[in-house]
Amino acid sequence: MLFSLLAVLLCAGIAAYFVGRQRALSLVTFQRDLHSLPNAYGFWQSIVTIGAPLLILLGWAIFTPSLFRWWVFKKIGTPVEDLTQPQRDAAWRDIEALSSGGTANFSDPIREQGAQLYTHLYDIAHTALAFLILVLAIGGFVYGWQKIIPAFRARHKVEAIVKFFLFASSAIAILTTFGIVLSLIGESLRFFSFVSPMDFLFGTSWTPQQMAFRADQVGGNAAFGIIPLITGTLLITAIAIGVAAPLGLFSAIYLSDYASPRLRTYGKPALEMLAGIPTVVYGFFAALTVAPLIRDAGQAVGLGVSSESALAAGLVMGIMIVPFVSSLSDDIINAVPQSLRDGSMAIGATKSETIRKVVIPAALPGIVSALLLAISRAIGETMIVLMAAGLAANLTLNPLEAVTTFTVQIGTLLTGDQEFDSPKTLAAFALGLVLFTITLALNLIALKVVKRYREQYE
Amino acid sequence: MALDLHTSEQARKRLKRRYAAETRFRLIGLTALLIAFGFLAFFLVTIVKQAYPAFLQNYLRLTIDLQQQEIDPNKSGDPQIIGAANFDGILKNGVSALLSDQAPREEKRALGKLISSGAAVLLRKDVIEHPEWIGGTINYKVPLDDTADLYFKGQLGKLQNIKPHLDATVNVAGDILTINADFSSQANALQALDTAQPSYFLKDGGTLIKLTQISPTQATGRTLFSMPLNSEKTGQWQLLKFDRPENERKLDDRSILLLENFKELGLVTTSISKEFFMLGASREAEMAGIFSAMIGSLLTLFVTLLVSFPLSVAAAIYLEEFAPKTRFTEIIEVNINNLAAVPSIIFGLLGLAVFLNVFGMPRSAPLVGGLVLALMTLPVIIIASRAALRAVPPSVKEAALGIGASHMQAVFHHVLPLAVPGILTGSILGTARALGETAPLLLIGMVAFVVDTPKGFFDAATLLPVQIFMWNDFPEIAFQQKTAAAILMLLLFLAAMNLAAVLLRNKFERRW
Repeated sequence: MLFSLLAVLLCAGIAAYFVGRQRALSLVTFQRDLHSLPNAYGFWQSIVTIGAPLLILLGWAIFTPSLFRWWVFKKIGTPVEDLTQPQRDAAWRDIEALSSGGTANFSDPIREQGAQLYTHLYDIAHTALAFLILVLAIGGFVYGWQKIIPAFRARHKVEAIVKFFLFASSAIAILTTFGIVLSLIGESLRFFSFVSPMDFLFGTSWTPQQMAFRADQVGGNAAFGIIPLITGTLLITAIAIGVAAPLGLFSAIYLSDYASPRLRTYGKPALEMLAGIPTVVYGFFAALTVAPLIRDAGQAVGLGVSSESALAAGLVMGIMIVPFVSSLSDDIINAVPQSLRDGSMAIGATKSETIRKVVIPAALPGIVSALLLAISRAIGETMIVLMAAGLAANLTLNPLEAVTTFTVQIGTLLTGDQEFDSPKTLAAFALGLVLFTITLALNLIALKVVKRYREQYE
Repeated sequence: MALDLHTSEQARKRLKRRYAAETRFRLIGLTALLIAFGFLAFFLVTIVKQAYPAFLQNYLRLTIDLQQQEIDPNKSGDPQIIGAANFDGILKNGVSALLSDQAPREEKRALGKLISSGAAVLLRKDVIEHPEWIGGTINYKVPLDDTADLYFKGQLGKLQNIKPHLDATVNVAGDILTINADFSSQANALQALDTAQPSYFLKDGGTLIKLTQISPTQATGRTLFSMPLNSEKTGQWQLLKFDRPENERKLDDRSILLLENFKELGLVTTSISKEFFMLGASREAEMAGIFSAMIGSLLTLFVTLLVSFPLSVAAAIYLEEFAPKTRFTEIIEVNINNLAAVPSIIFGLLGLAVFLNVFGMPRSAPLVGGLVLALMTLPVIIIASRAALRAVPPSVKEAALGIGASHMQAVFHHVLPLAVPGILTGSILGTARALGETAPLLLIGMVAFVVDTPKGFFDAATLLPVQIFMWNDFPEIAFQQKTAAAILMLLLFLAAMNLAAVLLRNKFERRW
């Protein structure tokens, strides 16, 4: 229904374009008597005809599904209120299926009544929508038509509208951030009505899986202390940076100062291939190849290594962020003015001395910020740790044991059934808030440092 | 005097040390680079090595009798009637036909387990597509079960013919056979061959004997299969051995010998696995394929591109060309840079809280997945597009403005067309990143076990990376291979997209 309306509107828009153009041309003998180019009149006619209907259609597509659901459930009343959240979701899926002529998983009075109500509402609402759109389109068309006179400043109008659209598009980025912040804070506040922020931030035990499933169940002693998650995240991040920093930095130095031009042209993209490999692939590799290797190596020297060790995840993650460190450092090292190098070489320093004693100190702020960005990347990485580091929230700094991270816990808490009235599900949002805050702070600092550093040499 | 400082013995040593340090430094750099490349190579080789068996599948050829009476008694040709026929039974008859009539039940059951449990479903589908088959017998290839399949791929050990010509005399005493022959190279004392020991068989034509006890000169055994041995038999036998003990493998002796027998009869064929490319998720490794996941990925990517491409290009044009230098636009810029570095899983939380909970969009749908990925790729494409727009020299725009074009006309008619190759390259790279993304999709329910191929943007779907994640959890070797194969396909897609981006850039990019 919505798609066919959209298609009709788009056709109408194209038609209106030609009508507007012709209208403008028919008003004058010479085209130069028009204020704007004929195209502008066409665009004007097209925009006033379908602009408002398109916006309404968009708003409709976004907002009506939840409104329909709310209305149908409200009409059914008590039987629905007794259902739990997942049951309601299931019921609603079936109602939708039934009313669009499909088959439900199973059928009961609620679903049948709901389907009837929904079909009824859907028909009425969509007839009303089609009517509204038709009225708006015709109204807009007539308005646009009678506006078109040779002196009409069509280009200015169209350009103002286009400019507003461009502006609105760039504001989407702001909206996204708002959406992230609001949803994280909103759900986190609900979470903190169950668990005190103190217990959350300073608790040393993380056992959300022991949550009682029903309110009347005894013995649920879930604890939501994130200290084990912080240590786990830090441990894995430290291993990853321990791998990525030397590898990335030295690769960047070698490629920018020592490598032949040929090696540089092929080496750099090859290194960046590492960044293009999806993280789920790294996760598979870490879990099925690296982790067993480390476990066997550990057994060979008499160390008990857990099959899901922090070391495996950290090592692979380190390799993943090597290109991240190397390409950022490369930019920064290249930005160090040649005059500094020349000066150093001129007083007899070798290449490596120049790099160690002149280039790197000059590039240090930039390199530090590259590392900060890499750390933020490592903290936010999900798939590798989810697949290779395990779920056990051990409070340990031993890299051979299984640890867990923020991202892993967010992933596991939210896969499967979600109940938005239980702290178990809401905890994921609180974790997300912490994660978002940390990475945001790291990014802001890093970007600021880079900016100041660039300005220094420009 | 000053010369001494540079030519003395100490100076020479110092210089040597400094040159050594130079070489060392250089070697460290090279080593770092080589480690990174070495990892890449190791990684690719491992994946390819694990993946290639999954592209092949072994099939068993059956002769299947499709009786009109059983399938479509009224010759209606109606797919629903045909689909309701008992294809399990029909298939079972075809399987039994491979064994002799006196074959005991366990043997039939063992054979049944060697064939994919999805075979009947495939047969049903094929018969519905080819109603003209009904009423005749067909030669039909059914996929072997994953363990049997792995056996033929040589990954579960091999049945070795260790002595092709063994002179032996077999005496029959009831069910127990006594074999007199030279077994000195197999055993040096009397030894019982239980399931924890390697298996030995004697074979002559159709007769198969499994040894239960072995000593240097004599062995006892029993016949396998429905070929009883009634009298003494002397002559040349083949001595076969399977190294891995029976209790350590998934296929028992009977199954292995059955499979070997079929192979000898030419009933087993190996070909590219249709199932892998044409089917969706399944709990049976041999029936699991990536088709549904690929369709899901395509649908999702379509939504992503449709939403993020126009919005990002518009945003980039605004920020690069029209935005006044105000506090607000500065905030937008910082904000976009930050969004590009927000962990992807946070976008999943956003999708869950906003698209699913507030807007009530369907879970697991490509529409929601596409929107989430679109928000994620938005900053990436914006940044790339801005760079492309900035690379167009200002003189182009100024010339347009100079001959009377409006600002908007200068941008849309002159700057934008010149920036299009760069914008497209950036968009392709951004979309490639979205194609490999998994974490946010887990949160919006795309991990559901979806068997059907999605038909639209609102159907439950799974995506290639998510499929990889899910298969990774299955312990079977066959699933690990399928995972690696799916990874290879994903990497191929990504490589193709990146290649397209590079070619596009090389062909159209202009250096000013």
